[in-house]
Amino acid sequence: MGEENSLFIEQKNDLFKIKVVGDFDIHTLSKWREKLSSIPKYASLEIDLSATSRLDTAAALFLQDLQQSCTVTLVGVSPNLKHTLELVQKYPPSKFEKAQECSLLEKIGLFYYKKYVFFLHLLGFIGELFVKLVMLVRFPKYFRYKEILYEINQSAVRAIGIVALTSFLVGVVIAYQSAVQLKLYGANIFIVDMLGISILRELAPMITAIVIAGRSGSSYTAEIGAMKITEELDAMRTMGFDPYYYLVVPRIIALSVSLPILIFIADVAGVFGGMLVAHSQLGISFGLFIERFNDGVAAKHFFLGEIKGPFFAFLIATIAIYRGFMVKDDTQSIGKNTTKSVVESIFSVIVCDALFSVVFTNLGI
Amino acid sequence: MRVIEVRDVRTVFGSKVVHDGLNLSVEEGEIYGLLGPSGCGKTTLMREMVMLEPVYSGSIKVLGYDVTHITQEEAQKLRESWGVLFQFGALFSSLNLAENVARPLIEYTNLSNKMIEEIVAFKLQLVGLRPRDAKLYPSQISGGMKKKAGLARALAMDPKLLFLDEPTSGLDPISAREFDALILKLRELLNLTIVMVSHDLQSIKDTMDRFAIIDNKKIVYEGPYAQIHTVKSDFIDKFFRDTNEQ
Repeated sequence: MGEENSLFIEQKNDLFKIKVVGDFDIHTLSKWREKLSSIPKYASLEIDLSATSRLDTAAALFLQDLQQSCTVTLVGVSPNLKHTLELVQKYPPSKFEKAQECSLLEKIGLFYYKKYVFFLHLLGFIGELFVKLVMLVRFPKYFRYKEILYEINQSAVRAIGIVALTSFLVGVVIAYQSAVQLKLYGANIFIVDMLGISILRELAPMITAIVIAGRSGSSYTAEIGAMKITEELDAMRTMGFDPYYYLVVPRIIALSVSLPILIFIADVAGVFGGMLVAHSQLGISFGLFIERFNDGVAAKHFFLGEIKGPFFAFLIATIAIYRGFMVKDDTQSIGKNTTKSVVESIFSVIVCDALFSVVFTNLGI
Repeated sequence: MRVIEVRDVRTVFGSKVVHDGLNLSVEEGEIYGLLGPSGCGKTTLMREMVMLEPVYSGSIKVLGYDVTHITQEEAQKLRESWGVLFQFGALFSSLNLAENVARPLIEYTNLSNKMIEEIVAFKLQLVGLRPRDAKLYPSQISGGMKKKAGLARALAMDPKLLFLDEPTSGLDPISAREFDALILKLRELLNLTIVMVSHDLQSIKDTMDRFAIIDNKKIVYEGPYAQIHTVKSDFIDKFFRDTNEQ
């Protein structure tokens, strides 16, 4: 198809004779771009279209453009081609106005203003959430047990494997690294205290929260964001199903209930991983390990770890759901908000953990 | 010249037979309709024509290429020479209208930015959008404007063949008639061949030269509106019984 299309340019003094054979359309135009751009401005052109079989609007626009900078004589224009040329002339060439450039000051202002508005929205969201929670206490009939159980299954029961595995591996790694050091001092048995305290108090809650933020947090944001785009949220509102009762509260409660349980599982798996390494590297028998665990690791470490659970869960679920509500009417914003949801929830979990550390230390526990 | 030729097409989803031996042909320069009750597979047939859906058996020839046996390069060439308008516009939501229309031009040609901008402005005006709408995003415009913008994008490369999936559905009657007029005008101006799926009786009468009615897995009628009553079919009886009822 493309072979019979050709362009001939001939120069006689100041006159350029151009002949187009075959199709003169967007494809040939783009193929001949370099050839055609060699024509100087303000030249006289004679364009022969007698052998042109097809002229599309792009080519017609090109000819119209050419007429503005050069003197153009069109030769051999068949009625069909004339038709297209006239069509193009019907609409005045228009330019889109350029988007207004902001000054640096404006940009900085806009950036912080957006942050400020975002913060206000977040406060609004948390406020509404608490109002709805209070309403739930007053009118427990709005409580969606089924949804809560469904969410517990989705975001906790199905996460048991990955949480346990991650924690187990972290336990193994920590034990391996410290085994070498402890051996140097002959303080083999203290690996039990070290593992017990670090895993129960810090590592297990943290690992669980991070895994859940990546796993459930992202899915909450994407789910609710997609529902917003497809107007499902609006449909729910008009039918009188409050999204807070149906979507928000069940997820937050489900995660708050299940995170402590997952932390417990992570505790067991992590300590078990450490125990295996203690046995193989330091020759501490399982019996001895458990006995020492009983004596050396106070129960408070376990409870301190567990207490963090609901707080982390609340942070993860609120941020994820809020990010879901922030999704706008385009598909990209789902991706953007999901990314932000995971990053922000992991970050806030770590900040929260740091705060707990300070508080617990000051309280002397 | 035949632009599209459908031969013995059979479509099967799982154990459900959707099409059982369809035959039809679309001539150059005509507006051809695909009609039938909901779920009869009109849109599926159109999706098969534009290679979005595999054909179970039979063949579909579009612009001389058999889409059931086609090489990568040929398929790409074919995709550059048709335009498709989806039911809800299917505009890229992260791009504004001008960028949506410019996308194929940027991708498939090496025209200068100025030229591309001119073509985009022309195409937007051609479908009846104002130049100041060009910087709007799909989420900021109405359904009718989305369809017009979708049409402008489908026309970006000056295709010879245009597929329209329910172009007037979801539009108010006035916009729907305007859209019909627009399609007729474009066909005349750009010498297009148009294949469209439609449920809109008025639009069927006003715009289509010929159409095929798919009912019960087969084509029960192919031809112009005038001779529709020569064929007996439940769907035709119900759908065309009283045109004033619509």
